[in-house]
Amino acid sequence: MRTKNVTFKSPWLPYLLVAPQLLITAVFFLWPASQAIYQSVLRQDAFGLRTEFVGLANFRRLFADPLYFDAFVTTVVFSALVTGISMLAALVLAIMADRVLRGALAYRTLLIWPYAVAPAVAGVLWWFLFNPTIGLVAYALDVLGYEWNHFVDGTDAMALIVIAAAWRQVSYNFLFFLAGLQAIPRSLIEAAAIDGAGPLRRFLTIQLPLLSPTVFFLMVVNVVYAFFETFGIVHATTRGGPGNDTVILVYKVWRDAFEGLNLGASAAQSVVLMVIVIALTAIQFRFIERRVEY
Amino acid sequence: MAAIAIRDVTKTYGKLRVIHGVSLDVDDGAFIVIVGPSGCGKSSLLRMVAGLEPITAGEIAIGGRVVNGLEPRERNVAMVFQNYALYPHMSVFDNMAYGLKIAGLAKADIRARVERAAAMLQLQPYLARKPRELSGGQRQRVAMGRALVRDPDVFLFDEPLSNLDAKLRVQMRLEIRQLQRAVGTTALYVTHDQVEAMTLADRLVVMHNGVAEQVGTPMEVYRAPATTFVAGFIGSPSMTLLAASVAESGKGLALDGGGLVKPRDTALPEPGRRVLVGVRPEHLSAVSAPNADLELKVTAVEALGADTLAHGVLCGRNGAGATLVARLPGGTRIGPGETLPLAIAPGATHLFDAGTGRRIEPAGR
Repeated sequence: MRTKNVTFKSPWLPYLLVAPQLLITAVFFLWPASQAIYQSVLRQDAFGLRTEFVGLANFRRLFADPLYFDAFVTTVVFSALVTGISMLAALVLAIMADRVLRGALAYRTLLIWPYAVAPAVAGVLWWFLFNPTIGLVAYALDVLGYEWNHFVDGTDAMALIVIAAAWRQVSYNFLFFLAGLQAIPRSLIEAAAIDGAGPLRRFLTIQLPLLSPTVFFLMVVNVVYAFFETFGIVHATTRGGPGNDTVILVYKVWRDAFEGLNLGASAAQSVVLMVIVIALTAIQFRFIERRVEY
Repeated sequence: MAAIAIRDVTKTYGKLRVIHGVSLDVDDGAFIVIVGPSGCGKSSLLRMVAGLEPITAGEIAIGGRVVNGLEPRERNVAMVFQNYALYPHMSVFDNMAYGLKIAGLAKADIRARVERAAAMLQLQPYLARKPRELSGGQRQRVAMGRALVRDPDVFLFDEPLSNLDAKLRVQMRLEIRQLQRAVGTTALYVTHDQVEAMTLADRLVVMHNGVAEQVGTPMEVYRAPATTFVAGFIGSPSMTLLAASVAESGKGLALDGGGLVKPRDTALPEPGRRVLVGVRPEHLSAVSAPNADLELKVTAVEALGADTLAHGVLCGRNGAGATLVARLPGGTRIGPGETLPLAIAPGATHLFDAGTGRRIEPAGR
């Protein structure tokens, strides 16, 4: 296994050096994950006085539950929209920033800032902007003849969380797209220009194919983000409403556990999510290993 | 095929002026090499012809049509880049066919053209490969093929051989020349390698600090370099330049280190004028002491096989201090520390004005 022979004088020093990382992994991943798996096969009464082993009953109930299926569909729609919108917007911005010669650093810095904003704060920010009573954007839409109300209209609510979630991710995607674009040798673009290709064709036939590893990587990262890191946004804006129109899987996990007090069902959902994230990560690693090389 | 006319072209980047008014006429079908050290503006000039850089002032016309405001694709030029700039995700065939597809040619026509070019460049076995599966020389050929299939008005070469090893470079140099002759397309070729420049060019443009110092056939430039820069740049090893002044009443040239040289078959300017005396290493020959124009104290000897280069310092009655290189026949036996009497070939002395560095042409010649 060992490719390099690093020798430590004391036998416990290497263990000490990896201990912090192991400890963090244990406390924040292994323990909660094992708890989730453990709890997913239990059922508790509402007061937590009695706990019984129910096997896979929680999972069976879950997959038979139309609400869970709805949440699944909502999540797929939500993550597709977030991924698509944030990647497209980031790509457009990256293409423009790639062409800017003067003040490029300032543009880049400003475009990266939103990523530093916590999801919940981003949610609140957009909630204010779109608030039907006091929101600036809602007011503007009203002037344009669109009556925005995400408290009543499920589509509006979905649009709100998509915008809030995608906005933050644009920065991240932008960084990767810009780096990807700048890694393409200028002479390739110039060769294509001399070969007769206009800007759009150059982009479609040269830049985009060469960006495809970046596109794929970002797609996985964005789906993972939309699936798992958007709880704060939903919680700060729509709280899953109106009705269940914006209940995504992570939100349902939280709501069933802490509002519904159904720990077993919530744990089963966590396990399902865990399987999804493991699958996505596996796909990502697998494809990053054999990246398109040229 | 087309002639190129470059009129008073200048180029500035911000406040930095890199090309100071270059004019050049290229005949239809000619092979012109622009040569100069890095940073002399030669690549910028080429890129302005290609349309990759805007022209700050002046005018460039291809085939009588001013192209200043035209996009690269509207100029009908083809360019071969230093790093080849092959599309890495496309096969060799698709690389060559890219421009033709954009031009909207029929599939059969594209195939015929690519195959003809591939045959000329011995690329048929590689048409299905990706550029990364090719050697440097093959990639270079694909880049040439991509230029060739489009049948452009002008070929532009931006140091196309500098990424190849020495042997391949010589081979590709010959191939490029033969190919250009075969298709008869006007070519502009940029390089910093004076050997490439001498061997490829119909006419040579020597650029230095954004100025075309001299334009002429390779032999014209070699025989009569217009400036001390050209004199030093063209020819290998470089021409030696010695500071001197013209002595009284036709006695010769008084070298600054002391001593007098009287070059044969060379008209001297008026006495008292400060000059630089240029002598090429290959125009020096070892002679017996009484016939010597110069005496060299040898400090280092480089035996190259066919030639032997003797580096040394001038000494004795013919001045002292200045360093000089002489190219002697291969078998010459000489060692460091020896004194070597040298004669300058008749008519092979170059005189330059010490102030301007420009060649002094003898009056009445």
